[in-house]
Amino acid sequence: MIPAIVVFIYLATVLYIGIFAFRRSSGREKAEDYFLASRSLGPFVFLFSLFGTNMTAFAILGSSGHAFNNGIVTFGLMASSSGLVIPLTIFLIGTRVWALGKKYGFMTPVQMFRDRWECTHIGTAIFVVQAVLLVPYIIIGIMGGGTTLYTISGGTVPYWFGGAIVALVVMSYVFFGGMRGTAWVNTFQTVLFLCFGAVALLVIGFGMGGFSASAQAMQSSPLSWLLTRERISPYYFFSYTFIPLSAIAFPHILIFCLTARKMNQFKKTVIFYPLCILAIWLPCVFLGVMANRVADLPQIKAKQEARRVLGTQGKTMEPEKRDELREQAGGDDVIMLLLQRYAPLWLAGLLGAGIMAAVMASDSQILALSTMFTEDVFAFYGGKRRFGEQVQVQTGRLFIILITLFAYAVALRAPETIFELAIQYAFSGYAALSPLLVAALFWKGSTKWGALAVTVWTALSVVAVAMFQAAVPAPAPGPAMVVWSLGGTEVLSRTPGGTAIFGFMPVVPMVLISALLMWAVSVATQKPARSTLARYFGGVNQ
Amino acid sequence: MKSILLVIAVAALYILHQDIWFWRSSYLVFGFVPVGLFYHGVFSVAAALLMWLLVTFAWPSHLEREVEQTKSTEDDAS
Repeated sequence: MIPAIVVFIYLATVLYIGIFAFRRSSGREKAEDYFLASRSLGPFVFLFSLFGTNMTAFAILGSSGHAFNNGIVTFGLMASSSGLVIPLTIFLIGTRVWALGKKYGFMTPVQMFRDRWECTHIGTAIFVVQAVLLVPYIIIGIMGGGTTLYTISGGTVPYWFGGAIVALVVMSYVFFGGMRGTAWVNTFQTVLFLCFGAVALLVIGFGMGGFSASAQAMQSSPLSWLLTRERISPYYFFSYTFIPLSAIAFPHILIFCLTARKMNQFKKTVIFYPLCILAIWLPCVFLGVMANRVADLPQIKAKQEARRVLGTQGKTMEPEKRDELREQAGGDDVIMLLLQRYAPLWLAGLLGAGIMAAVMASDSQILALSTMFTEDVFAFYGGKRRFGEQVQVQTGRLFIILITLFAYAVALRAPETIFELAIQYAFSGYAALSPLLVAALFWKGSTKWGALAVTVWTALSVVAVAMFQAAVPAPAPGPAMVVWSLGGTEVLSRTPGGTAIFGFMPVVPMVLISALLMWAVSVATQKPARSTLARYFGGVNQ
Repeated sequence: MKSILLVIAVAALYILHQDIWFWRSSYLVFGFVPVGLFYHGVFSVAAALLMWLLVTFAWPSHLEREVEQTKSTEDDAS
């Protein structure tokens, strides 16, 4: 129970920082101050809060859980590709969005799209797709909170109660602190989990009697495949480099780009982003793989047994039984199990707090949704004009409560693992929306109809993948189940982890077709007025 | 020329991510880090170096100047 108490103290600290520590607003609140911290964040807070907002439960729990069952491939799949693609997109797109926000006062991506392409309801369609895709991300945070508190307390704090506490804490500091509170909490959390990640690695390594012995024992065991990528297709591995395109298309990341005081603040973020990813993910992936050597923990034994049964008898099982075993084999809690096994109680609590820091990164998504709703819907359709700016801020706060309650209700029912839920819907969908940004910022010839085509395609393709996976149960671990082939070429397959199209993950055709649609439809439709194009491509004096 | 070199560097690093040469190797660097994991750790450091090059040699400073110009134009108008 001691670790759980330490985590509760941590939650109280976060609540204090978020609500009171950096509060500046008094009297009548301005929307720009509440939602964007008056575009005044300094370099240190900007780097750590931008990084922290992108590191969710998925980074800590999902990565170690994925590595537990899939091996070292997890790092190359998700971390090193993100270390290249995400800072590159911040460099190319984030800086330009920041400049446009400063020049024209945009607070959301949809405001920019409406202005750039001279559209109204198409902007609303983009808002709807963005909002629907963002909700799973918020659910991940609440699920991660429930799992963490349940495991850290040894089952004393039930999953539903842990999730409720995390939801309440996050909702409170976002509600009261707005962007400034959220940014400072994210900064505090990022520093915490960067420090504690290193400590966790040392403590667990020491407890296991050194990593060399464990790694060498694994190398000569039947689990040696976890140290290689022999069970992963190179096509699948390549596909994953498309996933980080989603980061810059996530509204919470783009809105965060608008909070920097000066453009120079992007420099440190761009350079240090790959190193921050390295510092967080490498220990998590390594520990996730090494957890397979901890033979004296019954929970880990049970997971390995479920994985073994699934691998050997999965083909002859009912799909429901396979799903049940998959859930049992899920490794989202292995880091916490290792901490409980090897760290002293007080340290397990501190390290648990570090994990909670990552888990609670859903705050920015909640705030972003609220910003989008109040700016893109409430203000755009006349709410701000009729009721004033203070009512707009209050509407944003009400929205924060409603969206948190909704996400909590879904988190209680969602059966998927944290990792799968995030990847299948939110990441692929946002990656498919990324051509919107590239076209808006770099191509004069793009039009609102091209933007609409991309948005509709993204929505339809996400729904199609979800329906396909619901209709065709996942096969047992091993070769994919071919659903449609043409002349001996596998076109559409159901894999144990999702869907494959010509061997690639759906995100690859989703992004490529998105880009193609933007080009083809834009070429055939009317461009925005010259004066509008001049504001974006002709410099400020034109 | 500088821009072309930077674009080539970005493309090269993207291709180097697909390290099929270590695909099946379970060799342990320093006796405990699997070589596939070690390679991608080094790749991340290389990505940081590339970002430093981009920030140093291709920083879009014209954007900041445009913002400053807009602000001074607005100040003059008011």
